[in-house]
Amino acid sequence: MEYVFQFGVILLVTFAGEIFHALIPLPIPAGIYGLVLMFVCLKTGLIPLEKIRKSANFLLDAMPVMFIGPCVGFMDIYREQGFAILYIALISIVTTVLVLAVTGWSAQLMIWRKRGGKRG
Amino acid sequence: MAEFFEESVFFGAVISVLAYWLGTVIQKKWKYAIFNPMLIAIVVIILVLTVMGIDYEVYNKGADYITYFLTPATVCFAIPLYEQYERLKKNWKAIFVGAFCGVLASLSSILLLSMLFGLTQEQYISMLPKSITTAIGIALSGELGGIPTLTVAAIMVTGIFGNICARSLCRLFRLKEPAAVGLAIGAAAHAIGTVRAREIGEEEGAISSLAIVVCGLFTVLAASIFAGLY
Repeated sequence: MEYVFQFGVILLVTFAGEIFHALIPLPIPAGIYGLVLMFVCLKTGLIPLEKIRKSANFLLDAMPVMFIGPCVGFMDIYREQGFAILYIALISIVTTVLVLAVTGWSAQLMIWRKRGGKRG
Repeated sequence: MAEFFEESVFFGAVISVLAYWLGTVIQKKWKYAIFNPMLIAIVVIILVLTVMGIDYEVYNKGADYITYFLTPATVCFAIPLYEQYERLKKNWKAIFVGAFCGVLASLSSILLLSMLFGLTQEQYISMLPKSITTAIGIALSGELGGIPTLTVAAIMVTGIFGNICARSLCRLFRLKEPAAVGLAIGAAAHAIGTVRAREIGEEEGAISSLAIVVCGLFTVLAASIFAGLY
């Protein structure tokens, strides 16, 4: 039953996130409110880590499979958007490379600066 | 036979897990980054559905039960954040500056490239939330007047590409600090990228999850300004 109860705690926090989402008129999904709530619960000791760890690890490990359904939806979008989908895929890839480089380097430079110019 | 698939609730779920399993087997055998289990699963499923003439809606009726767990799984990203809290606190300035620069780079490069390729305004707006997590992206796209399904497609291409190439791109750009690597992957490729960041290391995974939250919120704030620029 351990897994079931642990999953229950996670579901409860997710549900609380859903309530926040309903009450606050911002395009922030329930999962993000839930994440912040869960962090606060762990930090304050309201939920001890051991009470959720096993089920949480299972959910995190299974996460790639959860993305497959929405990704397969790509087959329909191709039909709707036609040729434009190529540009859209190209822009997605180019900007991903750029964002990774810009984010990584601005963070890395900040870290090095704080360390007093010492690298590595 | 066709009617059976129309009715089946478990077909979509079963084929999703089977295809993913096949993907992991292939990856174990040939260790190239392109043999990504998620990518293999998606391609295999699209092929199977096309060959058998099964609609996406029919497949997704079953697959949706697995996707249902995405929200509680996102909530669980709080755990690496909690475990790595001391390290995160040490680097909070770098995290905020990095995320801010990343979001600006994302939105402005989308603006420039959309102009270059002559996308419609609707398509441009749909692209803006492409680097953030799906749930925020769909809501934001709808609110700004984009096409949510197109946003999902852009988010998925971004995520899968980021997941496959994160390691080699970090090496190419000489990102060495674990915090910078995690932040970069999370900012560029949201939760699908974070799956990879968690494999690289605990600190990378934690900061990547934090980047999803911070970049998601920054994008919500900045995208409405950018939506008016096209």
